Amino acid sequence: MKCDIVLAGVGGQGILSIAAVLGIAALQNNLFLKQAETHGMSQRGGAVQSYLRLSDRPVYSDLIPYGKADLILSVEPMESLRYLPFLAPHGYVVTNTTPYLNILNYPEYGLILETIRQLPHSVAIDAEAIARQIGHVKVSNMVMLGAASPFINLALETIEQGIREIFDRKGDDMVILNLRALKAGREFALSNK
Amino acid sequence: MTKKLLLGVEAIGQGAIDGGISGVYAYPGTPSTEITEYIQGNEVAIERNLHREWSANEKTAFESALGMSYAGKRSLVCMKHVGLNVAADPFMNSAMTGINGGLIIAVADDPSMHSSQNEQDSRFYGKFAMIPVLEPSNQQEAYDMTRTGFELSEQLGTPVLLRITTRLAHSRAGVIPVEKGLPENKLKLPSDPLQFILLPAFARKRYQTLLDKQVKFELASEVSPFNSYTDGEDHSMGIICCGIALNYLLENYPDGCPYPILKIVQYPLSSKMIGYLEEQVDKLLVIEEGYPIVEEQLKGFFGYGKPVSGKLDGTLPRTGELNPDIVAQALKLPTQHGEAIPGLVANRPPVLCKGCGHHDLFRALDEVIADYGDGHVFSDIGCYTLGVLPPYHSGNTCVDMGSSVTMAKGAADAGLFPAIAVIGDSTFTHSGITGLLDAVYEKSNILIMIGDNESTSMTGGQNSSALGRIESLCLGAGVHPQHIHVIEALPKNHGELVDLIRHEIQYHGVSVIIPRRECIQKSARRISENKRQMAAECLKINS
Repeated sequence: MKCDIVLAGVGGQGILSIAAVLGIAALQNNLFLKQAETHGMSQRGGAVQSYLRLSDRPVYSDLIPYGKADLILSVEPMESLRYLPFLAPHGYVVTNTTPYLNILNYPEYGLILETIRQLPHSVAIDAEAIARQIGHVKVSNMVMLGAASPFINLALETIEQGIREIFDRKGDDMVILNLRALKAGREFALSNK
Repeated sequence: MTKKLLLGVEAIGQGAIDGGISGVYAYPGTPSTEITEYIQGNEVAIERNLHREWSANEKTAFESALGMSYAGKRSLVCMKHVGLNVAADPFMNSAMTGINGGLIIAVADDPSMHSSQNEQDSRFYGKFAMIPVLEPSNQQEAYDMTRTGFELSEQLGTPVLLRITTRLAHSRAGVIPVEKGLPENKLKLPSDPLQFILLPAFARKRYQTLLDKQVKFELASEVSPFNSYTDGEDHSMGIICCGIALNYLLENYPDGCPYPILKIVQYPLSSKMIGYLEEQVDKLLVIEEGYPIVEEQLKGFFGYGKPVSGKLDGTLPRTGELNPDIVAQALKLPTQHGEAIPGLVANRPPVLCKGCGHHDLFRALDEVIADYGDGHVFSDIGCYTLGVLPPYHSGNTCVDMGSSVTMAKGAADAGLFPAIAVIGDSTFTHSGITGLLDAVYEKSNILIMIGDNESTSMTGGQNSSALGRIESLCLGAGVHPQHIHVIEALPKNHGELVDLIRHEIQYHGVSVIIPRRECIQKSARRISENKRQMAAECLKINS
């Protein structure tokens, strides 16, 4: 088993919380993993990415080779397209549809969605809307993780366990909220893939 | 012991604690910052009360670490690659003095310049100072080599340079730590009272000692459990892989590499190991991240010997970090690309945060500077460097820590008017103060804008050593009190700030304007931390 994931977003959107949950989940399954992330300058509203590699064999490179990613999980629609050179022919793009507008030359939104729709395998999800329905817009990243979960070779229970560990510090309410977000995202993806 | 999920930098922090350090000294700098932050948050470090406070700059950090070593205890000093330029003086001379307690200098290089102004390779510093260099290839080695590096330092009587690059620094993997780390050393003065006195007569002896040690350093590389030779069936080529480069090679040969591999993670180069490989093969390929330092050493000046390829002959690119695809191309292995990035995708460079006080600084500065035209603003290293990008285009230089003040001074000396420096509070503390002294002494005609966000923000909001004392430092340096102004960086004060800048530009001498407002990221973190603590307190009271 191997699963190479490019996590994408804009600095400040918190993609690392997704990486952290999957990291714990992988470790509990005795999988090998490497997860390279972006710190420093680009965290100030620039394009950021994290490469997450899970495998039952030792993982060597911290970076994913071009054309080998099984999944691009993006919390911003335009950012999901930036990493297409990394995507394998069978790979999925799972992206949030809410644009993050901090540049003046942001392309026409309709064209972005259309480009995503034309990809061979993609799921576009309004994670904020679903998160709001559940109770708080803050859990939208776990909605995204839920939407990506059908394409990650990890049992749902292990991902749930990862959420419990990561959010334990923030109290039971936050754990429950995030678990519900995961489930809602997953259900959306399963019926819209 | 259970596996811990650690960034490369965190593995170094854990390795240092388990290696028995009594303190870490550092100035924050990407990608090295989290070594110190990890130690600051570690339970054992807190319980032992290890030194873990930030220093004013890399030079003060280095000297403090050397002082701790003088006193017989183990210390770690951390910095980014360009930070070692700042600390180069004590660094070079610490090779001369040698150490008493074990001393590791952890330096994080940034090839591809993700968050830096150059991609200098710190291994050259190691060779320059003639000390051993460790370059772990993965997170587990980062842990193990740091932990055992202090012992190596004490055995050889030398500081040891630990070099990593961005991708190891900021990549996480499972690391298995030892059950029980080492205790701290006891306080113990050097047995030779002259060891740390580099007066010429003594220094000449120390230099000879350093030269004499070189044989031992090379032998240490030869017997290092971390350097290794792996044979392969195809001897038409031998591959020398340094540090993290090994991972990119193995990524391309998951079932085993057909060529013999010499893995190098400890320097100086062992001529015996290199010689052995060379005998076995027809030609050599060197894969190293950074400058071609190993390749240069192996390539015959007169063209004798077996062919050596790498970065110098274009087999690998000269610039930027390595990756699995670059290495695949060097080995003539097929690579596959996914779809190209669609043309409509726009660049998204970093920007100042919404609501950041630096906006107020640049909005006012731009308004005034419009009267004088472009070319008058000397910027520096920090979040406010982003002021050079749209929409402000404010800043004509960004070179090194503190250079805004001194370059503005030099330009003013040359006759440029106005000459305005823009610098942050932490950068001012790091290296701006000394430049200010020069400017005050010579009554240089400059205006210094210190964007005081009470934080070292680009690296995550660390406190600077001069937190809350910026204007008193300026006063102490001799700036006339009438020409030091503190103003809250808020949109409502825009008019007042514009007037102040206009007014102070006209003053012939050194003026300092300090637009001050706490970094909004730092405020937000503090507020949420307070909330969390209050909630925890409430729980305690209720239960």
